[in-house]
Amino acid sequence: MGTESDVKVQSAGLWGWITERFPIDEMLKEHVTEYWTPKNFNFWYIFGVISGVVLVLQLATGMFLTMSYKPSAAEAFGSVEYIMRDVDWGWLIRYLHSTGASAFFIVVYLHMFRALLYGSYRAPRELVWIFGMVIYLALMAEAFMGYLLPWGNMSYWGAQVIVSLFGTFPVIGDSLVEWIRGDYYISDITLNRFFALHVAVIPIVLVFLAVAHILALHKVGSLNPDGVEIWDETDERGIPKDGIAFHPYFTVKDLFYIACFMLLFCGIVFFAPTFNGLFLEAPNFEPANAMNTPPHISPVWYFTPFYAMLRAVPSFAGTQVWGVLVMFAAIALLFFLPWIDRSPVKSIRYKGPITKVALGVFAVTFVVLGVCGMKPAVGIYPLLARIFTVLYFAFFLLMPWYSRIDSVKPVPKRVTYHAH
Amino acid sequence: MRTDKLAPALAAFALLALPLASFAEEGGSFPPAGNDIRNRASLQRGARNFMNYCSGCHSAKYVRYNRIAKDLGIPDAELKANLMFTSEKTFETIKIAMSPDDAKKWFGTVPPDLSLIARARGSDYLSAFLHSFYADPSRPTGVNNTVLPGTAMPHILADLQGVQKAVFTTHPGEGGTVATDLEKFELVQPGALSPEKYDEFVRDTVNFLQYIGEPIEVQRRDLGVWVVLFLLVFTAFAYLLYKEYWRDVH
Repeated sequence: MGTESDVKVQSAGLWGWITERFPIDEMLKEHVTEYWTPKNFNFWYIFGVISGVVLVLQLATGMFLTMSYKPSAAEAFGSVEYIMRDVDWGWLIRYLHSTGASAFFIVVYLHMFRALLYGSYRAPRELVWIFGMVIYLALMAEAFMGYLLPWGNMSYWGAQVIVSLFGTFPVIGDSLVEWIRGDYYISDITLNRFFALHVAVIPIVLVFLAVAHILALHKVGSLNPDGVEIWDETDERGIPKDGIAFHPYFTVKDLFYIACFMLLFCGIVFFAPTFNGLFLEAPNFEPANAMNTPPHISPVWYFTPFYAMLRAVPSFAGTQVWGVLVMFAAIALLFFLPWIDRSPVKSIRYKGPITKVALGVFAVTFVVLGVCGMKPAVGIYPLLARIFTVLYFAFFLLMPWYSRIDSVKPVPKRVTYHAH
Repeated sequence: MRTDKLAPALAAFALLALPLASFAEEGGSFPPAGNDIRNRASLQRGARNFMNYCSGCHSAKYVRYNRIAKDLGIPDAELKANLMFTSEKTFETIKIAMSPDDAKKWFGTVPPDLSLIARARGSDYLSAFLHSFYADPSRPTGVNNTVLPGTAMPHILADLQGVQKAVFTTHPGEGGTVATDLEKFELVQPGALSPEKYDEFVRDTVNFLQYIGEPIEVQRRDLGVWVVLFLLVFTAFAYLLYKEYWRDVH
């Protein structure tokens, strides 16, 4: 008796006890130790992992902030100063969180630009891209609501401006705005619901989406700077010839790059936490005041490209809804990338000059729009914003055409890799 | 340059362009305040100036007396004897006795709390503001300010600085209007302090305001040096580990 169980290899101790009851071994193999990763990843491929690091950082610091923050119009501003002055290490937790918000967008924008460079969104990775885009939307909602919480004057007026955008929709506009605010103006009620969404609802959504993003990626495998499918060339064991185990190779590589990121990040946290008014805006050191509008309202830098597009569109037929629609369209277009890129190759390395110029212009466009959105709409800026809004849309709307007719270079069968 | 080498350059440009863009917006309009938050003697003088000249009307309701004493090295007895004029306890924050309603009646507005004024406006602004009061009989306070025209604040430091006259130049402005520019201030009635001593008085006061805006600033920077040093060492080892593992990859 017992001969059958003798055949199975049994792990001893607690680990064995767990693995018999939970598929931790299989999960680690599938996603870590035997997740075959292209060995030719370059610098651009670090931002996915780093955004994961920032997500964890935001969850951890956010949890500690919640312990001392008071979500009420009367106490919010003072409680943030209490954190900054009286709570042990509160200043550090707060600066990590406020700098983390900007860092999140920096790494996510670079991560998305990587996808544009190497065609990471192309079939069969459409869902990886879609999940990523929904993460981006959730992140924008998270950042917007989080920005109201310190209850500074820019928090207040920024929320006032952004929420009233929904008021431009015909017929339902006014009731929609009232529904979002829960009041006739940005008030204690608005602050409370934004707090609930910021600390409970959206973080959970973000974590689930991040898991879905990674599961979708691991189902189809990672692409790489050559745009070559490594699973097309496997060895006798059925492992991609150009794939190496995620652990230990990419865990140690990522560790190095995470350390580099932390150097830059801590440099900002300890030496320039306001980042010259970009990460923490000067008017936000004055408490929210419904009677005192800041001379120049602009959202935090990560929203300014879209804010510039919003302002670039003039009102027409008695309504300003067009700017709002353009702004939403600018984000919505990104969802369609997997289907509007008709190039026979995935990576920019093998695409032709038209695509390279288009992508270069697009990168510059995004930055110029970002700067326009920060500036008051006077002088050269409204004109610049209009020109670059057109360029932004041209990049996407003309893509089905230029990506098809552009010349391509032959794609190698294997990835290009030079050993260290 | 290969395209995916060019792209990081573009990204770097983008990251650099952002702070530069905001520099253009905020910097330059006021001469530098020239204060030094590591100068403890200056901060102590600034605390004295603040408590004697500002705290009658302006609260600093997030700032605790004993925190100032601790950070600036002021013994408790000296704190109570020289800096605390009210019956508050040392762990309490700097409040004012004037009620907001009275303030509105007397000044037309409530004097702003100064805990965060340096963070909201900048030290350079504060220094310029305290230098820019000039006699203006049309104002109820008898003074106006070129940095904040129409300010409700009287020139509380006039005894020290003296009375300034503003000399304006006019030139044609946009759309046929006449624009006025400040040419210079003339000291028409000297105060108790020489102009140099008044500069120092303002510098110390602004220094203190910057300190109370973020009391942790000095410790933050000092700790940051160690954090960065640690991370440099950690990064070096992480790099060696990475290169060691990747020797196997061909």
